[in-house]
Amino acid sequence: MQSPVFRARGISKVYRVGDVLVTALSRVDLDLHAGELLVLLGPSGSGKSTLLNILGGLDLPSEGNVRFLDHDLSSADDPALTRFRREHVGFVFQFYNLIPSLTARENVALVTEIASRPMPPEEALDRVGLGDRLDHFPSQMSGGEQQRVAIARAVAKRPDVLLCDEPTGALDCETGKRVLEVLARANQDLGTTTAIITHNAAIAAMADRVVRMRSGAIVEEVRNSVRVPASSLEW
Amino acid sequence: MRTLDRKLVRDFARLRGQVAAIALVVACGVATVVATRTAYESLVGARDDYYARHRFADVFAHLERAPDALRARITTIPGVAAVETRIVADVTLDVPGLDEPAAARLVSLPDGHEPTLNAIHLRSGRSLDPTRRDEAIVSEAFARANRLEVGDTIGAVLNGRWQDLRIVGLGLSPEYVYEIRPQDLFPDPRRFGVIWMSRAALGPAFDLDGAFNDVSIQLAEGAAPGDVIERLDRLLDRHGGLGAYGRDEQLSARFVEDEIRQNRITGTVLPAIFLGVAAFLLHIVLSRLVSLQREQIAVLKAFGYRDSSVAAHYLALALAAVALGAVLGVAVGLWLGALMNSVYRDFYRFPSFPYEPGGPVIAIAVGVSALAAALGALSAVRRVLALPPAEAMRPEPPARFRAGLLERSGLLARLATPARMVVRQISRRPVRASLSVVGLALAVAILVLARFFSDAIGTLAEVQFRAAQREDVSVAFHEPLGTAVGFELAALPGVLAVETSRSVPARIRAGHRSRRIAVTGLPPKPSLRRVVDRDGRPVATPPDGAVLTQHLARLLGVGPGDVVEIEVLEGRRQRLRVRVASLADELLGMSVYLDSRALARLLEEQGSVTGAWLRVDSREASELYRRLKRMPAVAGVGNRLAALRSFEDTLARNLGVMNFILVVFACVIAAAMVYNSARIALSERTRELASLRVLGFTRREVTEMLLGEQALLLLLALPAGFWIGKRLATLMAEAYAWELFRLPLVVTPRTYGFAALVTASAAVVSGALVRERLRRLDLVASLESRD
Ligand SMILES: Nc1ncnc2c1ncn2[C@@H]1O[C@H](COP(=O)(O)OP(=O)(O)OP(=O)(O)O)[C@@H](O)[C@H]1O
Ligand SMILES: [Mg+2]
Repeated sequence: MQSPVFRARGISKVYRVGDVLVTALSRVDLDLHAGELLVLLGPSGSGKSTLLNILGGLDLPSEGNVRFLDHDLSSADDPALTRFRREHVGFVFQFYNLIPSLTARENVALVTEIASRPMPPEEALDRVGLGDRLDHFPSQMSGGEQQRVAIARAVAKRPDVLLCDEPTGALDCETGKRVLEVLARANQDLGTTTAIITHNAAIAAMADRVVRMRSGAIVEEVRNSVRVPASSLEW
Repeated sequence: MRTLDRKLVRDFARLRGQVAAIALVVACGVATVVATRTAYESLVGARDDYYARHRFADVFAHLERAPDALRARITTIPGVAAVETRIVADVTLDVPGLDEPAAARLVSLPDGHEPTLNAIHLRSGRSLDPTRRDEAIVSEAFARANRLEVGDTIGAVLNGRWQDLRIVGLGLSPEYVYEIRPQDLFPDPRRFGVIWMSRAALGPAFDLDGAFNDVSIQLAEGAAPGDVIERLDRLLDRHGGLGAYGRDEQLSARFVEDEIRQNRITGTVLPAIFLGVAAFLLHIVLSRLVSLQREQIAVLKAFGYRDSSVAAHYLALALAAVALGAVLGVAVGLWLGALMNSVYRDFYRFPSFPYEPGGPVIAIAVGVSALAAALGALSAVRRVLALPPAEAMRPEPPARFRAGLLERSGLLARLATPARMVVRQISRRPVRASLSVVGLALAVAILVLARFFSDAIGTLAEVQFRAAQREDVSVAFHEPLGTAVGFELAALPGVLAVETSRSVPARIRAGHRSRRIAVTGLPPKPSLRRVVDRDGRPVATPPDGAVLTQHLARLLGVGPGDVVEIEVLEGRRQRLRVRVASLADELLGMSVYLDSRALARLLEEQGSVTGAWLRVDSREASELYRRLKRMPAVAGVGNRLAALRSFEDTLARNLGVMNFILVVFACVIAAAMVYNSARIALSERTRELASLRVLGFTRREVTEMLLGEQALLLLLALPAGFWIGKRLATLMAEAYAWELFRLPLVVTPRTYGFAALVTASAAVVSGALVRERLRRLDLVASLESRD
């Protein structure tokens, strides 16, 4: 097996809220391999987002070591992390986080403009089935459509990794499935290493590997022998 | 166009109301800088050019009489580059169409050549023919005001002899850029002018053949005026010298210099306040925008936008608003600068007084405003940039609510729900609420400051022309007369009451500091002309000891109980030591007052008179004036009501323009501040208000909550604004404390009322705009959107 894209060893994250210390992650080890689709499951507050944010260079661990290929993320400074995110990572957030004053096309262009080998925004939106909604503003689209724009925005730069924090959290089942299909296709067509956070255990079936978290630690790791297509998931 | 710039343009358009408000405030700041600084530069330029070209002297002295031979001795004083000796005399004139006598200062011009110093600038007509004794050149302003032309004739009393003068030219002089009668504050060109005649004509007329009574000196490069003045005084002592002085005490130069200084202060303080407000406004607007767009910023950062690009994005928004304001401000500023220049033309007589706004001034004004904007914007953006993007991604933590004192007191429970929510909202975010209060208070303060100037000038006029001066007519004599002249005046037609005074030119000294002033002896209980303090209250002159103008005492560094030296500059030229009995907080000029008997004792004279104040029956005024014009002893006649009128006229023009601008700007700033405060409250609370609507609160209740909060903030801001306004007025009053006059620190209730009214009206209009937006509030959209 080839060496992992991400290699996290003994990472902990402690937040300080007033006088109270909140341990969000305690000594987590995790590898992520090229082209892999990983699903992260776990109850609320178990540290999923914290882990993903650290992998994506949005945050630094309090302890431990994270490597992305030959970058050491845990000791990187802010400009280095910014460069890392710009060159390698695509994010999808639960609440889409589109810029309301920009159209679908412009939301995608916002990211492709600073990427080194992006696809045209139109192509990215076409991939998520929104080729006919290029000039619509977020407020003129449904939640599922907005999330698809967010995914187009994330994949358009051809990132090495795609990190999705509850991409279907705010969507109904049918819409959620469409969104997951888009993610799975990006993973397969472009070979993007993908990690998806979810509360929804049913989604685990579409992954190569499922990691379960509780109280800031990984409690279970399962490798699926087959990946179920997103369209046949039921919940 | 880059996509981020597109967002900029859209945000800019969406925030247009607030952007316009900021731009307007910036425009006010820039306009004040541009207007005052360009007017200032034109004034300084015109002055320096004029003084240099027409060889304006550096040192001046008046004396009784000295032989022409003394001129050579003066020339040998080290540091003297050039000397001009002249005959200068004050006379009364009979001007066609004017009842009361006008006053004129006669100045001799050398025969057959240009004056070495203080050259006159001929505006029309020709120079004097020394062989003709009746020829005169008249100052242009005086001629204009009295409709006199070249070829006209005016009557003058020269040394007791009536003479007709033929006007051959109209002229200007660097000595009389600001052409006023000594003791006056504003030019009254109808009643005072300068007349130049040939030395050959004036010598015999004033028994000064082969002699002079006035000397001007040009200093050599690098010479200290102090040394020259001292030596000149010693030379002139035996010739009745009245004390030499430099340009700093030359009346016209002093006024011009004061105007320039005043302009410099106004041009610094006001823009500083305006731009400070603009920076503050920008800070509030951008802080709110940045915290509303917190998640958008997080996304930009998550996708790899650098902190610097994000900061630049918001900075650009601020700078675009400022650029808009700057363009408007420069345009308005240039227009106002030209207006100020044209007002100056009425006051200051220069041969050429062009308005030539300089590029650097405009660049500086724009640069400073951009700097202020950047300061306001950066402090707002910095906070979000400091957040790690993961943190920024999380919605801002909800405001922590603690049951405050109000809550526990149970007072709140008695309020209706909307009112309770208003109070909670404010007490829950005390910092934000205080920022709003500070902003609104600044708006109120600027309004107070704007009106303070008219209050101060109004008080000045009231104190001077009603409390201090109560005579109808004042008369000044050429030289001290016996007390009998009082009875002579009383016998003139229409004179109801007479009060006389004795004024003596002197130099007052304390330690190494000195000033040339007049020492005035007053009757024990004067009723026609009193010494009053800045509140108009009479100040008594004690039987012994002197009363000093407070400003003079401050310049000399003395107080009650101290002893000052008074060097009398006429007659026997005594050096007296006098105790300071008390200070009078006078607004105009600087004087020393003594009881008339005490003064007579000190001067060892039997009582003499140099001036008189008359109460006059107006029906017989014309006849009285006719007689006064022909009295040889009379050097000048003043009319209180005429002086008051010219004071008000000139002010209406001068301060009127400046003041109007200030009030307009203050209103603009106040309105901008209030509008922004309401708009920000609306955009921050849209979701909350929409939730309340969904919960069943009526539109009216929701509106009341939002606007009630604004009203409460405004109520808190009013007293704070009054206080700040008064502080600013104090600052201004201190900055405007000149030797010639001081601004009284008076803020009338009307001014406070005006400030409150303007802010309240702005609040009502903004409230209506906000209510309209609330009415159109799309409940669903505002609940869904996270912007
Ligand atoms: N910035 C922060 N400051 C303080 N505590 C934090 C912060 N971010 C996360 N936490 C805490 O760390 C713990 C893990 O949070 P995290 O967001 O990773 O959980 P999660 O598994 O993503 O939960 P959810 O499914 O609700 O999103 C929680 O207890 C949370 O309160
Ligand atoms: Mg989470």
